Amino acid sequence: MKKLLLASAAGALIAGAAGAEEIKMGISLGLTGPLESIAPPIQKGAELAMKEVSDSGKLLDGSTITPIAVDNTCIDAAASVAAVERLVTSEGVKGIMGGMCSGETIASLEKVGVPNGVVMISPSATSPALSTLDDKGFFFRTSPSDARQGQVMADIVLERGINSVAVTYTNNDYGKGLADSFAASYKEKGGSVTVVSAHDDGKGDYSAEVAALAAAGGDALIVVGYADQGGAGIIQGSLDTGAFDTFVLPDGMVNQALVERFGTQLETSFGQNPSAEGEGHDKYAEMATAAGFDGTSAFSGEAYDAAAMMLLAMQAAGTSDPKLYKDKVMEVTNAPGEKILPGELAKGLELLAAGEDIDYVGATSVELVEPGESSGVYREVDFKGGKLNVVGFR
Amino acid sequence: MEILNALVTLMNFVVLPAASYGAQLALGALGVTLIYGILRFSNFAHGDTMALGTALVILVTWGMQALGIGLGPLPTALLALPFGIALTAAFVLGTDRVVYRFYRRKRSEPIILVMASVGVMFITNGLTRLIIGVDEIRFDDGARFLFTVRDFREWSGLAEGMSLRVSQLLTLLVTALCCWALFRFLGRSRAGKAMRAYSDNEDLALLSGIDPERVVRLTWIIASALVVIAGTLYGLDKSFKAFNYFQILLPIFAAAIVGGLGNPLGAVAGGFIVAFSEVAVTYPWKKVAEYLGFQPQELLQLLSTEYKFAVSFTILIVVLLFRPTGLFRGKSV
Repeated sequence: MKKLLLASAAGALIAGAAGAEEIKMGISLGLTGPLESIAPPIQKGAELAMKEVSDSGKLLDGSTITPIAVDNTCIDAAASVAAVERLVTSEGVKGIMGGMCSGETIASLEKVGVPNGVVMISPSATSPALSTLDDKGFFFRTSPSDARQGQVMADIVLERGINSVAVTYTNNDYGKGLADSFAASYKEKGGSVTVVSAHDDGKGDYSAEVAALAAAGGDALIVVGYADQGGAGIIQGSLDTGAFDTFVLPDGMVNQALVERFGTQLETSFGQNPSAEGEGHDKYAEMATAAGFDGTSAFSGEAYDAAAMMLLAMQAAGTSDPKLYKDKVMEVTNAPGEKILPGELAKGLELLAAGEDIDYVGATSVELVEPGESSGVYREVDFKGGKLNVVGFR
Repeated sequence: MEILNALVTLMNFVVLPAASYGAQLALGALGVTLIYGILRFSNFAHGDTMALGTALVILVTWGMQALGIGLGPLPTALLALPFGIALTAAFVLGTDRVVYRFYRRKRSEPIILVMASVGVMFITNGLTRLIIGVDEIRFDDGARFLFTVRDFREWSGLAEGMSLRVSQLLTLLVTALCCWALFRFLGRSRAGKAMRAYSDNEDLALLSGIDPERVVRLTWIIASALVVIAGTLYGLDKSFKAFNYFQILLPIFAAAIVGGLGNPLGAVAGGFIVAFSEVAVTYPWKKVAEYLGFQPQELLQLLSTEYKFAVSFTILIVVLLFRPTGLFRGKSV
């Protein structure tokens, strides 16, 4: 270990001699599309970390960072590939904070990221398919795989005494991945799933989908979808026809817009989304407020962490070359080492420059497990009294 | 009791949604069929005119809400309807003056008018997005339900329940009223007779002293009234999203063609046929079958809900193959 550290420190010194440069970093998010309402705080989170590092002047002898954001539309894989292609080939970015949705992330990673050797860290792509993908070590995510969320959701549903559910999912990689992992885990633990059916986003009317779910029955409806899209339509349809009154809502569905729209009609509903608590979380929320955005919005902290991890890994590797710094991402994020909270990136950079080890904690207490994804903390929420209440963490 | 439960389930999930959807399609198809019968082309801009009209109604609704004008339990949009219709009619007459009149005077082939209407469609589409944006907008205020599922269950004591939304009832009533008024107008009034005469034979109508430009203007105004009403009802029942109105164009055309293009009665029937088949084919009959004493293992769903739009096209193809003029003998396409 000591030798390795010495070697990397030496490497840092040699690379440092190359002098300061302007490092371009890509941000690939669905600025338009089904998750457009949560994209801005994610983008700002990543830019906050980049600005912090840039202003500190401590990265690779005072290199500066220029963020370049592109719209990957979230649902159109071809558009995402084109956007990321542009980042890599014409802008020459050294790393990409993104993508956002699982399907387009897989597409842009396979077609652009891996072939061109660019590191991509996604704050929000949670499909289990990304765990088994051959990413050659270029892909990480600061959100956990849905394989884990499926288990957590199954536990929560069973603990609340609901033994029979219907599942509907948005017709894409994310929806299918989470729905399948939930159904498998729930059945294994003794629950029964009456039906697992897909719904398409962007339609005017979901009465046919709701009718099918109602015919299958169940004590609650699991809605794996998007709050700005079909997910809300399904809930509306179910409430109108009295098909279901209890909804279980994972990640994208847990947000303020949904609460404002349905209010007390969600009285018995509950859900969970990846989110952390603790010192780092609070500190990040403060920094975000100071910068003028909501840091508690879904995946915003994850984005800050994703950007920070790439920059710290560059410092540890002593180069901004993604083919080299990719091997350092796990090292700077996990123990052992000095703990680094949000706002302390300068300290982290100094320690790395001095050849010491750090353990990046960040806004989401991120800890990476193989193959490069967050182990995950979920907050359990309910909607009693027409408000979004946090019940606990697990 | 069991039969009643089956009936209630059927009402709640099939009959009521299909009937209100059918009524919205019927109003849309009436507009398409009128324009086809009198102006002799398929108006592709119909769906987007619907979106524009509804957007204007929403803007007026917001204005009224800001002024504190409302209708109590009924949606304010009903009050805004006449204004929306007037504005849309003005816009549509404008497009006629700028685009269609030129081709009509030249006696162009119908296909040229159809292509011109595709152009108008794109412009209207963009205009709607500029005015009101692409987001989903909900503008239904007032009471949402006439009675909810819970009310019904408590009242009837049945295991199953049904709900009736104000927007559903409103859709059915307004559609019935519009159809009655339109058929009366076409059948009895002088202007209506002039329109029918013009539709049957343009030259003969001209010889009998009918002013063709007046008939055209009247057609556009009636079609815009129908389309704005249909769009507003659809928006109240579901929600407003510009893109959805573009998509609804397909079932509307299916309805008009199935009924027989150019035949108003056919358009109404076609609307309900398309809507009921879309819902019934994708509905899983398991619960109903259980109440009727069967023990099905499967969901008894003929077609998964993703294929809903395919149903109207299948009907369309079958009708075109066996009765090209439609079920009610319209003009052949």
